[in-house]
Amino acid sequence: MAVQKLPIAKAINESLRTALDNDPKVLVMGEDVGKLGGVFRVTDGLQKDFGEDRVIDTPLAESGIVGTAIGLALRGYRPVVEIQFDGFVFPAYDQIVTQLAKMHARALGKVKVPVVVRIPYGGGIGAVEHHSESPEALFAHVAGLKVVTPSNSSDAYWMLQQAIQSDDPVIFFEPKRRYWDKGEVDTDAVPGDLHKAVVAKEGTDLTLVAYGPMVKVCLEAAAAAQEEGKSLEVLDLRSISPMDFDAVQKSVEKTRRLVVVHEAPVFLGSGAELAARITERCFYHLEAPVLRVGGYHAPYPPARLEDEYLPGLDRVLDAVDRSLAY
Amino acid sequence: MTVDSADSTAAAQKAQPPRKRAAAKKSAKKSPGKTAAASGTEQLVQLLTPEGERVKSAEYDKYVTDITDDALRDLYRDMVMARRFDAEAVTLQRQGELGLWPSLLGQEAAQVGSGRATRDDDYVFPTYREHGVAWCRGVDPTNLLGMFRGVNNGGWDPNTNNFHLYTIVIGSQTLHATGYAMGVAKDGADSAVIAYFGDGASSQGDVAESFTFSAVYNAPVVFFCQNNQWAISEPTEKQTRVPLYQRAQGYGFPGVRVDGNDVLAVLAVTRWALQRARDGEGPTLVEAFTYRMGAHTTSDDPTKYRADEERASWEAKDPILRLRTYLETHTDTDAAFFTDLDAESETLGKRVREAVRAMPDPDRMAMFENAYADGHALVDEERAQFAAYQASFADGEV
Repeated sequence: MAVQKLPIAKAINESLRTALDNDPKVLVMGEDVGKLGGVFRVTDGLQKDFGEDRVIDTPLAESGIVGTAIGLALRGYRPVVEIQFDGFVFPAYDQIVTQLAKMHARALGKVKVPVVVRIPYGGGIGAVEHHSESPEALFAHVAGLKVVTPSNSSDAYWMLQQAIQSDDPVIFFEPKRRYWDKGEVDTDAVPGDLHKAVVAKEGTDLTLVAYGPMVKVCLEAAAAAQEEGKSLEVLDLRSISPMDFDAVQKSVEKTRRLVVVHEAPVFLGSGAELAARITERCFYHLEAPVLRVGGYHAPYPPARLEDEYLPGLDRVLDAVDRSLAY
Repeated sequence: MTVDSADSTAAAQKAQPPRKRAAAKKSAKKSPGKTAAASGTEQLVQLLTPEGERVKSAEYDKYVTDITDDALRDLYRDMVMARRFDAEAVTLQRQGELGLWPSLLGQEAAQVGSGRATRDDDYVFPTYREHGVAWCRGVDPTNLLGMFRGVNNGGWDPNTNNFHLYTIVIGSQTLHATGYAMGVAKDGADSAVIAYFGDGASSQGDVAESFTFSAVYNAPVVFFCQNNQWAISEPTEKQTRVPLYQRAQGYGFPGVRVDGNDVLAVLAVTRWALQRARDGEGPTLVEAFTYRMGAHTTSDDPTKYRADEERASWEAKDPILRLRTYLETHTDTDAAFFTDLDAESETLGKRVREAVRAMPDPDRMAMFENAYADGHALVDEERAQFAAYQASFADGEV
């Protein structure tokens, strides 16, 4: 059956399964991805079906995981590596930034390093520290990397397919608190461009831009605003690098107001880049300054406080009201 | 055979009167690694002494039985050519033609011996100092100069000679080599991979992780550590309290220390290690005990941190000199061989000099090229902006 209703975690599992089936060069690597199926069970059953040679439990060394994946890619493989949690990617940050991102350019285009780094990210699951962070801007800032994040099951399936097929290294951020949200996946569909934003809900009064876990919050905010007679457009950005400024520009030229929402700290985050670009592109269209809703410039708080730190419905609506009040 | 190579520290300690020895012991306690890590008192494999005498080795002679006098002359030629190329590059840096140059002076035997041990289908992951290995792999020497002249950041196709790009971040390439070797094993090929690194890199986490991964997956990789005694200004004792080759034991694979200034011993030991990899016996660590005769790079000033006497003591162990002595004493190599080689190496120097001076600056648009394999909207946008900005000067001076 081509159309199935799947949670995001299962959609990613199906996507990996399809990739392993279609291309013998695809490998899945990471800590606990084999027998256990990953701490989130995203790789459940893959090792059983594809063997230890292709679904590889690695030593607990993130730099080693990414560094050896680079070597495997140079040999012609397409490794899809899993970093167990967002906060654990930093031992691999050096390999990702100094090696993975630059190798194609350094070799004057003669080698390709098609490595996908999957990272469950974001908060809202009541975890201990280092398990709830949103470091996407730290990767988007690096030329040579592509950074994407799905917000729903269909995108989770298709964007991962496209990331694996890409000849560029792709950092694939998975919204871990949405892993169990179900959505329809049509495995026979023709997917859209990996790096294009999509309109998740049309509206006329203000544009909300979000990605990953915050798309759901923004859709809820739009529904709540609707009851008060405000028509909000919600854009699911999907790709952080490259970023689809054209789509945001098009929406803002219509609504004349923009609020960007992400879990990551506001300071120097994706919203800062969008605010700068859209101000430049839509200066005469804007009725209000671009506003941002996101995390604070403080360490991610302990779980009992994370609901205060994370952008929720009320904080998004507050920013919407402030924008509309201009 | 294996011999004891006493170093100056050990000799100095022996020569001290008892009371001073006790004091030295006390200070050694504070820095326990000093004696064990940096000394050459550990046994090392040697087939050719610094005096140019061939010594027998029950274990390693069998790996060089095919090395005829002609083959020895070839190795000698490789070392001379590598040294001449290197000297030319240093000169070119002094003349302002290169921004920087990391000299291999003193490490010719370690690089030629190991480089000549590899097969065409093997894969090499170098640091940024493996000019002699590059020579053995057939890489055009002028290709190595591009990044040091500042016209590219790598600049050759690694797959042409199975010689990866120079890696400047210390130790990173050991993981790439390990991953590549894991791929070789998956492919069922009998190629081997060799990863170069230095005594300084031995402290890097990536090197430790590459040891772990290669051991766990039994990857066909040889870790070739050129212990040249100095990581810029830091002696090996700042990196380790055990001899580096012994690190392998903790990971479950063999480690061997070889006289890195003995091209024949390096060839034998590396052939042995590569054969282990081909035979599915997994990784090996080779520590080539050698000496960086020159500065770390042309920007470095070794007079700030090491004594001239130390260099002088290593000059007596020069890798080229000892093979020349052997060739002159024990083979029918005539004087013409050496004069012809001098002329050939001068020709190489001239060719490199001319090639570098003729090396054009890249087109300014090149900085946008190959940032991505599949393209990137922002790069396209910024490239167009930059081109338009440049075009705005079209009427005036550019």
